[in-house]
This record gives sequence, C-alpha cells and structure tokens, in this order.
Amino acid sequence: MDFLVFQYPMITIQACLDGLLLGILFALIAYGMALQWGVMNIINIAQGDLVILGGYIAYFMYLYGIHPAWGVIVSPIIMYFVGIAIYKLVINKVVDRDLFISILATFGISILFMQLMNFAFGADVVLANSGYGTTMLFDNNVVLPNSKIFSAFISIIFAICLVVYMKRSKLGRAIRATAQNARAAKILGVDTEKVYAATFGINAALCGVAGALISITFTIHPYMGLPYTIRSFMIVIVAGLGNLPGVAMSGMGLGIFEEFADYILGTEFRIGSVFLLLVLILVYRRFKLSRKREYLK
Amino acid sequence: MNKNSWILYIGILVFGLVAPFIFPAFKVQLSILCILIVLATTWNIQGGEMGYNTFGNILFYGLGMYLCASVQVGMFFPLAEWTESGGEKTFVHTPSQFFQGMAAGLVVAAVVPTIVAGLIGYAILGLRGHYFAICTLGLGVAAGEISGGIEIIGAGQGFTTPPFPNIGGLEARGEFFYFLSFGALVLTFIAVRAIYTTRFRLILNAIRDNEDKAEAMGIETMKYKITGWMISAFFCGLAGGIMGGLVGYIDSTDVAFDGREMGVFMVLMAILGGKGTLWGPIIGATLFHFFKEGFWTFFLGWQYVALGVLIVVIVIYFPEGLMGWLREKYPERFGEVVDEADRKAQVELK
Repeated sequence: MDFLVFQYPMITIQACLDGLLLGILFALIAYGMALQWGVMNIINIAQGDLVILGGYIAYFMYLYGIHPAWGVIVSPIIMYFVGIAIYKLVINKVVDRDLFISILATFGISILFMQLMNFAFGADVVLANSGYGTTMLFDNNVVLPNSKIFSAFISIIFAICLVVYMKRSKLGRAIRATAQNARAAKILGVDTEKVYAATFGINAALCGVAGALISITFTIHPYMGLPYTIRSFMIVIVAGLGNLPGVAMSGMGLGIFEEFADYILGTEFRIGSVFLLLVLILVYRRFKLSRKREYLK
Repeated sequence: MNKNSWILYIGILVFGLVAPFIFPAFKVQLSILCILIVLATTWNIQGGEMGYNTFGNILFYGLGMYLCASVQVGMFFPLAEWTESGGEKTFVHTPSQFFQGMAAGLVVAAVVPTIVAGLIGYAILGLRGHYFAICTLGLGVAAGEISGGIEIIGAGQGFTTPPFPNIGGLEARGEFFYFLSFGALVLTFIAVRAIYTTRFRLILNAIRDNEDKAEAMGIETMKYKITGWMISAFFCGLAGGIMGGLVGYIDSTDVAFDGREMGVFMVLMAILGGKGTLWGPIIGATLFHFFKEGFWTFFLGWQYVALGVLIVVIVIYFPEGLMGWLREKYPERFGEVVDEADRKAQVELK
C-alpha cells in the first residue's frame, strides 16, 4: 500500500476530479435503473451489458470514420429499440412475478449479451478515440482529459432533459402514475403495457448514452458489464428510489471512492472493492433497518 | 421409509459403485456430475427450502477449492515458491504425501467455509428478498476479484494443484476422484435427507412462507437460517476441494469463483428439477449435465448463448421445475390426498 495520496495533495485533487466526472456517468446509468425499478419493480442485471452494447455502437461509428461523439445521438436511438425488443420478448413475462425470477431472467440476458458481443466485436479492450486533447490544471499537476469533461457535460444535459420530459410530457406523467400505483393508473385509462415498454426503452436509451460516453472516455470490453450493474444498484439503494439529487450525489461519491481505492489498494482490487462496498452498504442498511424494527417492538 | 425406496437407494448406490467400471471413458464426467448434484442439492436448502435465493454459495465452493490445494501444497512445500514456479516442476508429492495432504485439505476445505458462513451469516441473512440475492452476487464476484490479486495463491496466473502421484496412471486418478466425489455425494444425500425428515425442514419452510409470522410463532429464525447456510457451506467447500483436485488448475474467476458458470449452474439445476424437493435438484443436475455436455461439445463457442437462452426459457416457462410439473400431474404420488370429484369439478370449471 502506498500513502502517496496523503503526501501529495495534487493526487488527491486529481482523484477527486476524476471521481466526480466518472460518478456523473454512473449516476446516469443508475437513474435508468431507478426508473425501471420504481416503475416495473424489476432489477435488471443486464443493465451493464446494455451500457457496453451502447459503447460498441459508438466504437463502430469510430471505426467507420465518424466521430464517436455522434454516438451520443445514434446509440440511444438504437438502444431504445433494443430495449423495446427485450421488453417484448422477455421482460413483459416477468413483470408481475417474483423479483428473483426477474433477476435470474435478466442474468440470462446478461450472459447472452456478453457472449454475443464477444462474437461480434472480439474480446479486446477497445477505446473510441475522440481526439479531444487534455486540460492541465494547477501548474500541470492535474491532468484532465477533455473527453471526460465532455462526457460529464453531456450526461448532465441528458439527465436534465429526462427530468423535464418526465415532468411535462404525457408519457412522463403516465410513467409516474404507473410507478405510484399501476392498478389505479390502469383504471384511469393508462395503457400500462405501453408505459412499461417505454420505460424499459428509455432505460436502454440512457444506457446507450452512458455507453457511448464510456467508450470515448474509458475503455469497453464485452465482459465489463456486471460492475456497471452493481454500481448502479448500489447508487440506487443508497439514494433511494425516486430521489434524483440523491442519485447524482451518491454516484459522484462512488466515483470518488473508486478513484481512491484505485490509488490506495491498486488497480487489481478496484472492481473487488466496488463489490465489497456493495456488501458493506447492504449489511449496514440491514442493521440500520433492524434497529428500526426493534424500536417498533 | 418403505421397502421400495430402500430398493431404489441400494440400486442407485450399487450403480454408483460400478459405474466407473461400466463406463470407463466417462469417469471424469461422472465425477463432475456428482459434484454438480452436491452443489444443486445444497443450493436447494437455501433457495428451495428457506426461500433465500443465493448466488453466493459459489463463495464457499471457491474458498474450499483454494484451501484444499493450499493445504495440500503447504503441508510439505513452501506455498509461495510453488505458485511462483507454476507448480509441479520443482516439487513432487510422494503418494503418501499426496493422500495425506488431500485428506487434510478436504477437512480444512469443508470446515473453514462453514465457519465463514457462520460469521458472515448474521450480517447477510438479515437481508430480505432481492437485496439478499444481489448482496450474495456481489460477495461471490468480490471474492473472485480479490483472490485474483493475492500473490501467494497465484494471483492472475492461476494455481496448479498437486498432480496425482505416478501410481496406476490416468485410470487410477479417474477412479480416485470419482470415488471421492461419489462419497461426497452420498454423504450429502444422507445428511440432507436426514435434515429433511426433521423439524428443521419445517422451520425452514416456515421461514420461506412467511418469515415474520414464523418469528411471531417464537422461532428464532436467524439461528436456523445461519445453521442452514453453514450446512450448505460445509458441502460446497468439500465439493470445491474435490473439484480443484479434479480440474488440476485453479483460476480465480474462471474456475474457483466462477459466478458466470458454476454460480448460475447450481441455481439453474435446482430450478430445472424443481426447488423445494429432495429429488428435484438431483434430477435437474443430471438433466442439465447431459444438456450442457451436449452443447459444450456440439456448439463450441455458442455455449454461453445457449446457456443464456436456457436460463431465460427455464425461468419464464418452467419456474416450478420438473418435480413441480409432475406434482401437478400426479398429485397422488406425492402423498397429496386428492378428492376425485372435487378435482373433476375444478377441471370442468376451467
């Protein structure tokens, strides 16, 4: 273990800034997770694989000479239809059933996607080079790639658009009504089946945006999906369903945690520390809740 | 227990004992089948009987695998040098060393995961439903990632388990591991069957059906949940230890803590056969093994695609499993009293 982090404040600033920019991306994915969890009561293990698939769309555009930043527009459109297709084929059969059934079914989808992406795109770690250059801060001690700033900016724009859409549009109102009480919404004339499909599509589109941004800023790999699922799950349970500022805050917190874990423990323990953090958060939550239960007694 | 079931058990036992001599080419496959049945049966204690759907039993399996191999090597040679040299090149186990190491390793591989399960059980088993499922999923993956970073057990390059000593060649090796895994299977079956005839099973079922009510009835549910998990961990660790020796090579994420394969397989096998029954996981594991070997052989490369589709299909269209289907079709066979007139009336209503 090296304690450079504490001796050189520049490294701390670097880690914090990296973490913040990364965390905004996580928050975008987590928002999709919160949306489908709140509306359909489904936990989608394939969330991360949708992200990676969105990333590969941007990467393909890059391979064919189009600037990968356009993936931010193209990838969500394609992913929306992928999401609708997944909903029609699988999810609509598990919506009303036991939660574990949905976890297992989406786990199956996750394995399927992983392997199909492995066939289609190969098992190499790839990166869509945006050519945005870097920004130097604090006498060239802190290096920030412009692509990270770009991706954080785009994520914030998409998040704001989505919030406005959910507040103002007819479909947004229908989605919120279904989340509150699906049965009552149905009685009042909301086509819940359509709402569910749209919700899953929007979630997939969000994953597409995030994936395209990840392929520009970081790297993508067919098997890298599960950590993104776990991260978004963690952010959602820390923030709570339907708490958008909370999702943004805990997303950034997670990003910073990860950067520090990377510096202190070493890169090989990065993913492991994320998963361990999940376990710790759940256990903490369990003891907190059980105190409440005891109080009731 | 009636006479028929005795005949069945003795028949299976005899078949199990002579199977490696009837099908000498399939010894390794039969051993893997035994291990799969052990894993499915012990998963069923959580997922089927207790209603706690875990992805985390892979943790004990992988732990047992690493522990058994480490003890087997560490008893006689320095472990760090062994993993550094990639295993067998520098040090050679004599036959007696190999068997002593294996015996000690299996004991450790079974006992330590049990203790681990007891220690983390109190924290983890307090979670309900999907929180528990995701938490155990995270636990399994975290164990894989972390063990992949530890130098002394081989880190990313893997850990070669001690090779079988040079007595009797490949035949003897196959027979040794077959009887070891068959022994583990028999042990597991006897233990689980004994458990299922006691009040313990009823308590587990009560926890599955409604945990709050069970608590209100004065059952200390946490105690029973932890005990159930410890029983699972014991046999999972044992199975892992044997599997490590059988495969001969341990990798952190591809062999030991392989949530994508073994971790899902055990869930799938139990669901395919029918959860919450004694025979369901056994039948499910057997069917699944045949299916899997067929796919792995004929559709090499596409196996994960097939696996993904299989999971989705089983979960959506077949969640009750084979035993559930049989039970619906022939309820009399399962000891349920059926009022014929009532059943006919229901059929007509439909």
